[in-house]
Amino acid sequence: MSVRCGQALNAALHEIFERDERVYLLGEDLLDPYGGAFKISQGLSTRWPDRVLTTPVSEASIFGVTAGLALRGYRPILEIMFGDFVTLGLDQVVNGIAKFRAMFDDRVTVPLVVRTPMGGRRGYGPTHSQSLEKLLVGVPGITVVAPSECHDLGALLSDAVADDEPVFFIENKLMYGRPNRRPENGRVDELSCAETGGRYPALTFSGNGFGRAEATLVTYGGMLPAALDAATRLILEHEVFTEVVALGRLLPLDLEPVLDSLGRTGSLVTVEEGTLTGGVGAEIAARVQAEAWGDLSAPVTRVAARDGIVPSARNLEDDALPGVEDVVAAVTQLERVGG
Amino acid sequence: MMSGQEQTAPVRADEDARRLYAGMTLIRRFEETLLELFAAGKLHGTTHTCIGQEADAIGVISCLEPERDVVVSNHRCHGHYLAFTDDVDGLLREVMGRVGGVCGGKGGSQHLFRGNFYSNGVLGSTVPVAAGMALAEREKGTGAVATVFVGDGTLGQGVVYESLNIASLWELPLLVVVEHNGYAQSTPSRLQLAGDVEARAAAFGVASSRHDTTDVLEVRHAAREAVDHVRSTGRPYFLVLDTYRFSPHSKGDDFRDPDEIAERRQRDPLEVGAGLVSDAERKEIAAAVEQRLADAVEHALAAPVAAAEPVRAGAGQGRA
Repeated sequence: MSVRCGQALNAALHEIFERDERVYLLGEDLLDPYGGAFKISQGLSTRWPDRVLTTPVSEASIFGVTAGLALRGYRPILEIMFGDFVTLGLDQVVNGIAKFRAMFDDRVTVPLVVRTPMGGRRGYGPTHSQSLEKLLVGVPGITVVAPSECHDLGALLSDAVADDEPVFFIENKLMYGRPNRRPENGRVDELSCAETGGRYPALTFSGNGFGRAEATLVTYGGMLPAALDAATRLILEHEVFTEVVALGRLLPLDLEPVLDSLGRTGSLVTVEEGTLTGGVGAEIAARVQAEAWGDLSAPVTRVAARDGIVPSARNLEDDALPGVEDVVAAVTQLERVGG
Repeated sequence: MMSGQEQTAPVRADEDARRLYAGMTLIRRFEETLLELFAAGKLHGTTHTCIGQEADAIGVISCLEPERDVVVSNHRCHGHYLAFTDDVDGLLREVMGRVGGVCGGKGGSQHLFRGNFYSNGVLGSTVPVAAGMALAEREKGTGAVATVFVGDGTLGQGVVYESLNIASLWELPLLVVVEHNGYAQSTPSRLQLAGDVEARAAAFGVASSRHDTTDVLEVRHAAREAVDHVRSTGRPYFLVLDTYRFSPHSKGDDFRDPDEIAERRQRDPLEVGAGLVSDAERKEIAAAVEQRLADAVEHALAAPVAAAEPVRAGAGQGRA
C-alpha cells in the first residue's frame, strides 16, 4: 500500500526539519491541530514550535520576510495556501527573490522554497483553482519544480530545500489524496517508466518498452494521470502507442528527455492544466521546433485549459479544464506532414 | 539572545564632530559629482541623489555597527551606503558600469550590496525583507538591529503595514526610518499622504518619534534612542525624520517652487552643522573630499567597462 502524495510530502518535511535547523516554515494557518489548509504541514509546529511561524494574512509581506531569512543564512520554506495567492507576492518574487543573486553580482544566495498547491477539479471556483505556474516560468532567476504523483516527492522536496536557488515547488490539490505511485522495476502499472538522473528528474512512460511510437505527450504535475489514462486508452481503443514525459522541473527547462522521446515518436503534444495562451506548452513547442525540426512529422499540438476562468459548477469546470478526451483527441487528430 | 545595550567605543568629542561633518560633506559632494558626470554625458542610466538629506544618513548610521547591524535602503541609497561602508570607489564604479563596481555594474545606482548593506529599487518591498533579516539576526542571537530606510512616498505601499504588523507581533529588532522629505517623486505629501504619520506606527503598537530637524547631532540623538530601544527591547521602532531634498527626484525632473527650495536651503544640514568644525578644519575636509572624489572619478573612467557573463544552463539565451 503506497503512501498518499500528501503524506509523502508531510513525512519529507519532518525529515527535512530534523536534518537541518536552518529550515523554518512560514505561512498561514500552519499550527497544529490545523497544520495548514491542506494538512501538509501537520505535526511540524508541535515538534518545532520555534521554527514554524504562522503568519497574518499578508502574502506580500511574508514573501519578503522569507527572502530576508534566506539572505541571512536560513533555509526557509514558505507555504502559500493556494497557488492563486502567489500573485500577492509577485513583486517580491520578480523584483527581489529572482534578482538578488544576479544583481548583487553572485555574492548572495536566496535559498528559499515556496510550496503551493495549484489546480482545479475541486469546485473552488475562479480564484482558488488556477494553475499559474506559467507566470513563474517567465521569471528568470527562480527554479520552478512541479512534481507529479509518480515522482519521488520527498526527494524532490529535500532537493529543493538543499538548493541554493529560490525554488517554487508546485504541488497539486488532487495529487495530495492520491497514492504516490513510484515506479517499481521500471514500471508503473502496465507502463515502462524511465527516470532521468539528478535533481528534479523527468519520468518517461512507454506502453511498448520504448519501441517506436506515434507521439510524445509532455506534461507535468497534476496532469500526469490524465496523460497516462489517455496513453492507455490510445493503446486499447486506437492501437496507437505514445510516450508520456512528466517533467520534474519547468524552469530552467531541460528539453533532453523530450527530445530523446521525440527521436522515437516524431510528434509532440503538450498537456497542461493552465490556460493555453502564453503557457508552458507554448515555450516547449517553440524550443522543440527550434531544436528538433527534423524529427517532427506533425505540428506540435497543445492541450490546455480554455483561456478564461475556472468556473465553480462541476460540469462547467470540467468543460473548461483539459481532460483525458482532449488528450486522446489531440493525438488522433495530429496532422502528419505528407500523411 | 539579546546582547543588551552595547555602545560603540567612545571617541573624543571633537573627533566625533569632525567625522559627522566630513561624512556629510562626502555624501554631498559625491552626489553633486554624479550630477556633474551625468551633465557631462559620462554616466548611463539614472540616479536619485539625497542632497539635503545627509544628516539623516550620517546621524542614523553613526549609531549602528557595520560589522553586525544590517541596513536596507531604497532607490535613494548613496548616502546610506557611503555612511555605512565608506566605499566611494565601489559605488562610483557601480553607477558608472565599470569593473570594480560593488555589484559588477549589474545593480547600478539603486541595487547595492556589500557586507551588511542591501538596497533595492521598488518602494516598500524592502520593509518585509528587512523584517526577515531582523528575524534571522534575532534567531542567530547576534543582537543586530536591522534598519530600513524609507521615504514618505513609500507610506503609500500596503506591504509596509503588513510588515509593521508582523514586526510588532513577532517582536523583531527592526528600525524603520522614514525620511519625510515632503515629496513622493514629484507629488507633494498633501496629495498623497493622509492622516498622521506616527499614528501609523501606534496602530501596530510600534514605538515611534518624529523630529523636524536637519541638525546631525539632533538626528543622531534621536537615532541613538531609537537604536537603543530596538537593541534593548528587541522590538521595532518607527523613526520619522522631517527633511528636504534640494536636488531633483532624479536628474532634471524638478517642478517645485524655487522659493520653497530656497527657503529650505536655509536649513541645509551642512550649514546647520558648520559649527561642528573650525573654519580651518572645514577647508581641510573639503580639500580631502575633493581629492578623494577626483581620484575616484579618474580611476573609474580609466577602469574597463563591466563585461557580460554567460547566462546559466537551461535558461533562455535570447534566441531559440
